[in-house]
Amino acid sequence: MSEILLKATNMTMQFGGLRAVDGFNLTLKSGELVGLIGPNGAGKTTCFNCLTSVYKPTEGQVEIRGIDTKSMKPWQISKLGMTRTFQNIRLFKDLSVLDNVAIAGLQHTRHSLFDSVLRSPRHYIEESRLRERAFELLSIFNLQGKADHEAGSLPYGEQRRLEIVRALATEPRLILLDEPAAGMNNKETEDLMNTIAKIRKDFRLTVLLIEHDMKLVMGICERILVLDHGVLIAEGSPAEIKSNPKVITAYLGSEETV
Amino acid sequence: MEMRDEAARSQALKSIPGPLIGIVILIAIAYLLDATANPYTQFVLTMILANAVLATSLNLVNGFTGQFSLGHAGFMAVGAYTSAWLATRPELAFLPDYLKFLSLPIAAGLLAAIAGYIVGLPSLRLKGDYLAIVTLGFGEIIRVILLNSEAVGGARGLYGIPAAAAIPSLGMSEFISQFSISSIWLVITFVTLWRIVHSAKGRAFLSVREDEIAAEAMGINITQTKVRAFVISAFFAGVGGALFAHTVKYLNPATFTFTKSVDIIIMIVLGGMGSFTGSVIAAAIITVLPEMVLRELQQLTGVDLRMVIYSLMLILFMILKPTGILGTLEATDILRKLRERFKPAAAQESK
Repeated sequence: MSEILLKATNMTMQFGGLRAVDGFNLTLKSGELVGLIGPNGAGKTTCFNCLTSVYKPTEGQVEIRGIDTKSMKPWQISKLGMTRTFQNIRLFKDLSVLDNVAIAGLQHTRHSLFDSVLRSPRHYIEESRLRERAFELLSIFNLQGKADHEAGSLPYGEQRRLEIVRALATEPRLILLDEPAAGMNNKETEDLMNTIAKIRKDFRLTVLLIEHDMKLVMGICERILVLDHGVLIAEGSPAEIKSNPKVITAYLGSEETV
Repeated sequence: MEMRDEAARSQALKSIPGPLIGIVILIAIAYLLDATANPYTQFVLTMILANAVLATSLNLVNGFTGQFSLGHAGFMAVGAYTSAWLATRPELAFLPDYLKFLSLPIAAGLLAAIAGYIVGLPSLRLKGDYLAIVTLGFGEIIRVILLNSEAVGGARGLYGIPAAAAIPSLGMSEFISQFSISSIWLVITFVTLWRIVHSAKGRAFLSVREDEIAAEAMGINITQTKVRAFVISAFFAGVGGALFAHTVKYLNPATFTFTKSVDIIIMIVLGGMGSFTGSVIAAAIITVLPEMVLRELQQLTGVDLRMVIYSLMLILFMILKPTGILGTLEATDILRKLRERFKPAAAQESK
């Protein structure tokens, strides 16, 4: 059960003179729910981009289920069972809600483009399966009624939910959520917390999430990593993090000594 | 499970008649035009078919996949010259004439598709303007190669390209055979592209247009998807080129300059980037307008107003309806919307 899903060793990302992420270490075991926090510009999203091969880390290595991802493209990472959502929503805006989810499920279909051109029986079997699966996922998130809507026309909160649905359609084992509660009010954040807990249980997911909303992070995460200026400054349970002086300094600054 | 297989098989059978009906209708139109229209009108109308093939195929790359290609005339030239050259080969004389001209576009398309693969693989790492420049350069390279190839006539061009001969036993004149071959290929092109885009598999092309980073994160191999779009588009550009060659019967490298690519781009912009039916409509307008309407106007006024009206029309379109005639909608979407608008009223009345 406690298989190591994701392991980053000394991961470093250097942009010119800026070390955005400096010697980042992370071990994520199957079934964990871990939070990654830090002040603005601490390098959290850069971390995600390195883990998902959007950026190639300049040093160190990332392993997913024991496989080195150095020479991999982001779509291959997705095939390994790790997926993500984006901080600034990146839906396929002009496509329907259903299409958004169906596209993410494509990697698990067995028909070729040729089948689709000939409209062979296999095309109809696979496409109807894809649609059914997409509807199942959408109904878990109460979006099934909006399947035909353009994704870009949904209200903000629903777009965030759709991003999670779309990520789930890739049938991941590990999901990286980049600020899923950004821009949500208290009620919506609470719903989101319940949803994350639910999908984690129902899909047996491992979750790594970036979040600024402390109530959410402290409320659901079992382990928290704190990043500041690209460096990991603390790691521990929510209670330990709350009382860690380094964390308080990073967020609030230190008391001035004159 | 069996139920699903059964349903899928019957659905698959249902997808067969549609394209055939399209071909039958177009061939019927050919017979009708043969009896009524003069040769010049017939020529212009056959050109619409070739241009529609070119426009719809370019729309797959520029409109649906979101990659700006300026090299369509290059692929068209590859197809046109291939088909024209093969048509005169004595080695192929054993084929029945109609069948030969029906299948020549396949060879033309394949060669163009290979060219598309060679260009696409390295250059699709580039985006936007950079890709446009590379494809433009490619188109020019093809033209210059043709210009210097004595085997295909060089700068003099290729004369006397044969077309499918008349089949008197079927009442087929040369026009009918050329028009029906072009029709069959237009239907094949249109149906293929339509089915690609209207399937989840083909929606991958659209996801690349929408957001490459998100598409990649969702497991879409974007390089493969782009190359596929490019190759499919080049294949049908080659087909369009072949149809063009046997309709015009004379090829010259100067036909395939950068302006030819721009002509095709104008068609897809006018019709709507991301609308195949729009491309067909625009191809018809752009082919007919300068030939028929504007020529009459010129004879009437004695001044060449073609370019003035042409540009004015485009400027007005860009101001009033920048998404083109249909935008990203298809003609069928518009019909459905109209039907829905009138339906609720009728349903309420019956209550």
